[in-house]
Amino acid sequence: MTPLTAGVTVPRDALLRLLVVLAIVLLPHVVHLPLWASGLVIVIVLWRGLAAVYEWPQLPRFARVLLALAGFAAVYASFGRVSGQSAGVTLLVVMVALKLTELRARRDQMVLVLLMYFLLITHFLFSQELWTVAYLMLCAVLITAVLVDANHPAAVLPLRRSLQFGGRLILMSLPLMLVIFVLFPRIPGPLWGLPADSGAARSGLSDSMEPGEISNLVESDAVAFRVRFDGAVPPNRERYWRGPVFGHFDGHRWDAVLHATVSAPPQVVADEGGVYVYEVTLEAQRSRWLFALDLPNADKLPDDARLDTDELLQSPREVRERRLYRVESRTHYRLLQPLDDAQRAFYTHLPVHSNPRTQALARQWRAQGLDDQAIVDAALQRFRKEPYFYTLHPPPLGRDSADEFLFDTRKGFCEHYAGSFSVLMRAAGIPARVVTGYQGGERNEIGDYYIVRQSDAHAWSEVWLGERGWVRVDPTAAVAPERIERGIGEALGERGELPGFMNPNRRGFLLRYALEARWDWLNAQWNHWVLGYGPELQQAFLRRFGLLDWSDMVLALTAAVTVIGGALGFWLLRKSRTPDVRDPALRLWQRAQQRLARAGLPPQTAEGPSDYAMRIAQARPELAVEITRIANLYLQLRYLKANDSRTERALAQAVAQLIV
Amino acid sequence: MDAANAATKSIGENRASLRASDAHTRLMALHATKSKPGCVAMRTVPPTSNPAASRVNGFDGPLRRARRRIERWIATRTPRIPGPWVVNRRRVYILPTRYGYGFALLLLAMLLGAMNYSNSMAFALTFLLAGLGLVGMHYTHANLVNIEVRQTRVEPVFAGETASFCVELANTASVPRFALSAAWQRGAPPNAGIAPASVDLAPTGVARLSLTQPANTRGWLGAPRFAVSTEFPLGLFYAWTWVELDMACLVYPRPAARGAVLPDSAGANGSRSGSRSGQDDFAGLRAYQRGDSPRSIDWKSYARQRSPLVKQFAETLAHELWIDWSELPSQWDVEQRLSQLTRWVVDADAAGRVYGLRLPGQSHPPAAGASQRQRCLQALALFEAR
Repeated sequence: MTPLTAGVTVPRDALLRLLVVLAIVLLPHVVHLPLWASGLVIVIVLWRGLAAVYEWPQLPRFARVLLALAGFAAVYASFGRVSGQSAGVTLLVVMVALKLTELRARRDQMVLVLLMYFLLITHFLFSQELWTVAYLMLCAVLITAVLVDANHPAAVLPLRRSLQFGGRLILMSLPLMLVIFVLFPRIPGPLWGLPADSGAARSGLSDSMEPGEISNLVESDAVAFRVRFDGAVPPNRERYWRGPVFGHFDGHRWDAVLHATVSAPPQVVADEGGVYVYEVTLEAQRSRWLFALDLPNADKLPDDARLDTDELLQSPREVRERRLYRVESRTHYRLLQPLDDAQRAFYTHLPVHSNPRTQALARQWRAQGLDDQAIVDAALQRFRKEPYFYTLHPPPLGRDSADEFLFDTRKGFCEHYAGSFSVLMRAAGIPARVVTGYQGGERNEIGDYYIVRQSDAHAWSEVWLGERGWVRVDPTAAVAPERIERGIGEALGERGELPGFMNPNRRGFLLRYALEARWDWLNAQWNHWVLGYGPELQQAFLRRFGLLDWSDMVLALTAAVTVIGGALGFWLLRKSRTPDVRDPALRLWQRAQQRLARAGLPPQTAEGPSDYAMRIAQARPELAVEITRIANLYLQLRYLKANDSRTERALAQAVAQLIV
Repeated sequence: MDAANAATKSIGENRASLRASDAHTRLMALHATKSKPGCVAMRTVPPTSNPAASRVNGFDGPLRRARRRIERWIATRTPRIPGPWVVNRRRVYILPTRYGYGFALLLLAMLLGAMNYSNSMAFALTFLLAGLGLVGMHYTHANLVNIEVRQTRVEPVFAGETASFCVELANTASVPRFALSAAWQRGAPPNAGIAPASVDLAPTGVARLSLTQPANTRGWLGAPRFAVSTEFPLGLFYAWTWVELDMACLVYPRPAARGAVLPDSAGANGSRSGSRSGQDDFAGLRAYQRGDSPRSIDWKSYARQRSPLVKQFAETLAHELWIDWSELPSQWDVEQRLSQLTRWVVDADAAGRVYGLRLPGQSHPPAAGASQRQRCLQALALFEAR
């Protein structure tokens, strides 16, 4: 076993710095790593630091190999594979930590630095928020400082000096980064496919609905998407962002049964007005829904998106990265769809013995001779007139949820109203289904766009009324019209059960609100211009500057990098030049010397001014007087500190008169 | 080269330092305080251990021809000059190191990853590092430009020892330079990857680096071409410049093994002209020479005269020995003789003796001390048999 300090080793201080920087680079990964991996990394980093301080021996080779194999096996055991985002990152982190056990020479130091740069990039698989820029810059400076340390073998540079170098080098790389970022031609990804677990975690609406699910979602202030309208903005009560449609009910839970019926695609008839054009920046939610206002125009869909049989906008793949798309929608429409018997049966199906009281109520209404529209009105009237409450914290419901809610608890959130209303309609033989999505959205005054948060999640119903087709009915509007008119905050505020983040009664709410609006605006800009800077945006942006295709971009990129590199090189070479002589006396003396040198009398290396003057006087007697005078004046200025301007003028004059 | 050449050489050296200080008179004080007297030892790679060279030699014709052409081109660009040699930016060559190539591969991998994930921050980091590589290249290049390389005095060595050429690097700029090192051209592949000794130069500072070369044969050993190089700050690029300073190390003949006793005791009778018998017979006064014992100084006469005189006794005179070429066995060849003579000169000097040296065609009168030693050894080193 060789001591860690034997041979050409990394100095202790350099090594400790490397460990600290590595710890900072690894820190954000702690939340993604399995517990054992974090523990292992911490132990190894600490051990390596102590080993450096106390000069402990290096681990024997077989132990290191064993550790590496064990790490590999542990990753496989944790994830069932070693590729993919989480498993791959864990493996990388573990191997980097194990590399520390054999860190001795400069070579290892260099390899670790390169690995740290690579580790840095893996953070962006998990988050690309605005703060990551600051983190990126900090880490880049620190790693570069370590790299500078590794290349100063003679002695450890003072910490300030290496940091200064790291900072300066990164600072100078920034213009290049900016130019390459803007001009490097982007191609639409992915190149070879993404691992199944890449991107953001699943969030937002789910593909089924049971009581209590949406109210959970409302507790979250996470942004679902941001919308910027071109021109007219629909009023709050018309902003229904249509999401998953559920047609199957098992007595308690609503879910979507895909291809339950093969039906002719519905026919959309546009009514007057209500056409809106807008741009949505959808946060990654790992679902395929691209939310849009009620019905998107089938002729103006975003690339690769399509409308499904429920007229929902869908992406062919899960949305794992933030996505930008433009849609044209109408909120005044008729969704016509002739239902055949099978479909009719499907949309009126209820489990046989479920919710008997609800079924009885519907039968009673039918018995009174009410038609479909009248039954819908009767149900809404019931919600409006009888003591129903709109609350975020309703009592839990049992098996016959519609019965319990409609007749006993009478306290519910949107999914209770939408669900039980749909059950009631089905019981009356009216085809009905539940639609989930978002309703409303809050305006950001700073950036003039709308933020739709998870807290705006909503559920409503669609009932099929013969030739009017599928009609949207929102029972929540009957019980809490302010929810639909002015948003969730207003609706819940009166009841004092707002989630903390939207409670206007909290201290500093207004200030916080204003700050948050700005922060959100900044984030929206960041998302749009930086994170959304893909092939489309790049082309659109660069076209403004006359760069039409990628060959133009490459040309501009080459030119820009050359210019910046040239300027940098010029500046650095200027700094490494011998500084200009500032001393006027010396400058004048050098001018005289140059003049004589041109006449074949250059100064010799070992010659002082007096000797030189003497030699000139001998070689060229006609210059004797002048050169002696010049030398004397120069020596006076130089060594007698006769710093008066008169002597200087005299010298200048004498030099000017020196004609060789 | 001969002694006269050596003399001009040392003058040239003085000139070099004088010119430098003259040009920056205002910085003279700084010069004095910042110059490091010590010489940082360099590890040199023996010529055969150059993997790049042997690899190239292993290839067939065209590559070797190209290599020769490159050599010729280098030779035309780096004349052998006494120095100082100011590193011009056109004479600075730069290539990536193996870490540089590794870094490029890393960037490629990161770029592909960023494209696959369409991840803007990953793009940003990749481009930042690409920019860093470029910036680092310019820094490495500028770290070397406008360095002044000067020769310093080269101490003579005996054949079989290692000659050490100490070069002085001077920074005339007002920015510091870091991690500069030097190595011979042979055995100096740009990416040797070893960590040679390196020096930093403060603004207008000076430092020395020593290059060693095995001294195998007597005579002048000229310093071959060497590279002054740096990988600072990032180690991704290796910048170097060729320098060929006209400096040489005087190599004395290898002293013969101890054993052969000094000629006077061996009875080999040279010239004992001045010798008389009698232990304490006063034989007169002569001028003091370095190495004379203080006890032999005639203090009485020192009071009257300016320079000290040394009392000479018959005994001493008898031991003023001549080390003579012709006394050696006639079957010995030139080098063997020189080797033996060298041993005697060294021994005589070590014993503090007064001695003279006779070689065919030249004679160095008896004297003692360091200058006599140097004179005699130089004569032996440069001896040419006719």
